[in-house]
Amino acid sequence: MPFNRKAHKFNASINEVEIGTGDKAIKIGGENTFPFYSFDGSLGAGPKIGVEITDLGLDGEPEGVKAYYAGCNTIGEIAKKAAQMPGGDFVVLRLAGGDPNGANKSVEDLVAVAKEVAEAIDTPLVVEGCKNVEKDAELLAKVAGALQGRNIVVMSAKEENYKAIGAAAGLAYGQKVGAESAVDINLAKQLNVVMTQLGVPASSIVMNTGSAAVGYGFDYTISTFDRVRAAALGQDDKMLQMPIITPVASETWVVKESTAAEEDAEEGWGPVEARGISMEVQTATACLVSGSDAVILKHPESVKTISKLIQELV
Amino acid sequence: MALNGIQIFKLTPKKNCKECGCPTCMAFSMKVAQGAKQISECPHMSAEALEQLSEATAPPMKTIKVGTGDNEHTLGGETVLYRHEKTFVNKTVYAANICTCMDDAEIDDRLAQVKVVDYDRINERMYTEMINVNFGKDTTPERYAEVAKKAAAIRPVILSVKDEAAAKAALDAVKDTKPVLNGADASNYEAFCKLASDAGVVLGVSGASIEDLYDTVQKIEKLGNKNLILDVTMDSIKATFEAAVVIRRAALSDGERSFGYPSIVNVNKLTDDREMQQSLAALFTLKYGSIIVVDKMDYAMALPLYGLRQNLFTDPQKPMKVAPGIYPINGADENSVCLTTVDFALTYFLVSGELERSGVPCNLIISDAGGLSVLTSWAAGKLSATSISKYVQENVESKIKNRTLIIPGKVAVLKGDLENKLPGWKIVVAPLEAVQLVKFLKDMKANGEI
Ligand code: B12
Ligand code: SF4
Repeated sequence: MPFNRKAHKFNASINEVEIGTGDKAIKIGGENTFPFYSFDGSLGAGPKIGVEITDLGLDGEPEGVKAYYAGCNTIGEIAKKAAQMPGGDFVVLRLAGGDPNGANKSVEDLVAVAKEVAEAIDTPLVVEGCKNVEKDAELLAKVAGALQGRNIVVMSAKEENYKAIGAAAGLAYGQKVGAESAVDINLAKQLNVVMTQLGVPASSIVMNTGSAAVGYGFDYTISTFDRVRAAALGQDDKMLQMPIITPVASETWVVKESTAAEEDAEEGWGPVEARGISMEVQTATACLVSGSDAVILKHPESVKTISKLIQELV
Repeated sequence: MALNGIQIFKLTPKKNCKECGCPTCMAFSMKVAQGAKQISECPHMSAEALEQLSEATAPPMKTIKVGTGDNEHTLGGETVLYRHEKTFVNKTVYAANICTCMDDAEIDDRLAQVKVVDYDRINERMYTEMINVNFGKDTTPERYAEVAKKAAAIRPVILSVKDEAAAKAALDAVKDTKPVLNGADASNYEAFCKLASDAGVVLGVSGASIEDLYDTVQKIEKLGNKNLILDVTMDSIKATFEAAVVIRRAALSDGERSFGYPSIVNVNKLTDDREMQQSLAALFTLKYGSIIVVDKMDYAMALPLYGLRQNLFTDPQKPMKVAPGIYPINGADENSVCLTTVDFALTYFLVSGELERSGVPCNLIISDAGGLSVLTSWAAGKLSATSISKYVQENVESKIKNRTLIIPGKVAVLKGDLENKLPGWKIVVAPLEAVQLVKFLKDMKANGEI
């Protein structure tokens, strides 16, 4: 008997969300099948890659990242170069310097940074906060207003501050909102429910359902992706059909594998930069094949590899 | 396909003799259908009925063993496609590749490299488990056998060869180490099936397409061989991904028995690019590779890959915990400085590893935090100034004289509260990541703070 192939089809799809403006605008999501299962259905817009830069400049960055941005002196110049990174689709500005326990930069300073970045590039822009929920509430609301008309994604709207961020970004200024939850399908859904109740259209929401570096609690990340996609496509759950954007660089470049200098590391580990790239490449791959519609990376080598992977699989 | 209770009942002798421990044959059949009883518990079942039933109640995917002794690996036996449905049972194993097209020096180099990556992560040994021995064009059977033998002395091998004479020579040399003979396809399956059966080894089967592979597997099964591995490597990355998914899914959700075998993915044949190889190794770890072959495994590639595998194959029902207690490190005694963290096994492993590397004698205090990471347990209210201070007062103060407590940087906010709740203690906030501990402790020591 010949093999009787059964296609697994769904009568539902992930929302397609457009970010950016003009001919540089891109779409995220739109698929009606599991990640890269092109043999079952459509992959929609196909996975995308964001290139991360931060307001803290290049000081702490790995050598390969510094080398890529060599000659850039202002955040605007850095942003321009990020927009040109081969394989990248959009730029991500992480306002890490806002953290009250870190550099604690003022909201005004950071809004100015966001404006400078937006003016330097015409590619789509995603802005992440500093992880402090109170600071982000104010900061991201102001960023949303300052960049009105650019159709950016304002990430980091959490359970604690979604009202401020959602109302500003999603309602007042017509931007897209990134709903961030802690590796749990129910929390992800709940946040989308309250966000839409606030009046933010479902079509303006993207999700960050949680991320971690592989080996660091990534089991929960995988299962959250798997379950979110099964509910979105299999049960046509409208409150889970938002495309997923996953920050990868900010998780993978802080763990020991990516930070321990060769002389401090265990024997045989070899140069630190290669380890960092490996963490980033493999974590990004694992996110994409589990459910991310876009991953946020920073090393040019990782961006190149993941972009090639996507080309091979779509 | 699984049978329901009624279908099973039709096959029973209908004696209602109760010897199986059930009141009636019907009740027994219902239990079997649920998996609560085994068919063999009825002593009166006819031979034909038994055969039909064992076929129908067999697991959807075969469990296959390769290698011997400490180097034995179990592959396959999965029952679900997603880890949240039930645990994945037999983890992916990784193989490095050598080829008889390489010169001897290069082969020796590669074999030496195989032994380099070997470490422990949360009580699991992480190393390159197998070696793929590829048959290079124009190799003589003698040379192929000789290279296979060299490799098999180090790890179980996969004989990746379609030349019958070379396969036979290599099997003669290494069959006792239980290699995989990965060489059967539509053109040679009869000869290769015989070679593998005679040698008592697992046979790897490949095809030009999913359909072609299926046909060949069915023909081999008709010859009576079910000790198989499916080589799902096709001529592109896309086609290989499709084969890996479609085949596993057909076996587990569509009851397709002839695809119910473990798989092998030759990532090394899909790309020469090292970065791409590691990306594909991660991809096929998640999507259904039982054996994954890369050219070369080094630490940079292994560290994330083995971490990913460990996460993927953990039991989602059981948090990995360590027991609360005082863990003395580097010969610490009652006068040594104290640090605290949570009882999540991964966190404990990372923190204690760094403490050992610092060489500074210290006591690591683990309180019950529900087996969760630092921030998770803090956010869940299971790690707080109250929980830590209570544990320290009840279990530590009577045993330890030192009164300096170092807390994880991620919960720096607890400092003030802890100072109030633990009079007499000096509370010190450590850096965010465990990797920073070595320098931190050495600096403290140099400054005479501990
Ligand atoms: C996996 C995970 C879970 C799993 C738990 C798995 C587990 N065993 O812990 C699950 C899904 C259950 C979970 C649940 C929740 N989670 Co959670 N989770 C994560 C995730 C993705 C990874 C955590 C992890 O495993 N880290 C790895 C371990 C090794 O890290 P660690 O323990 O911190 O240890 C490191 C350092 O702290 C340091 N260290 C540790 N001890 C010490 C000691 C000293 C002295 C020093 C120097 C260093 C040191 O060493 C380690 C390596 O450097 C993180 C996000 C992330 N990427 O970190 C969110 C995260 C921790 N979770 C979060 C939240 C909010 C929750 C929930 C409260 C959500 C909710 N509202 O229900 C629940 C709480 C659980 C409950 N109610 O029972 C938040 C916490 C936010 C905050 N800043 O407070 C996070 C940060 C996600 C987010 N961005 O929102 N979570
Ligand atoms: S032992 Fe067999 S025959 Fe007797 S009651 Fe049980 S199922 Fe029926």
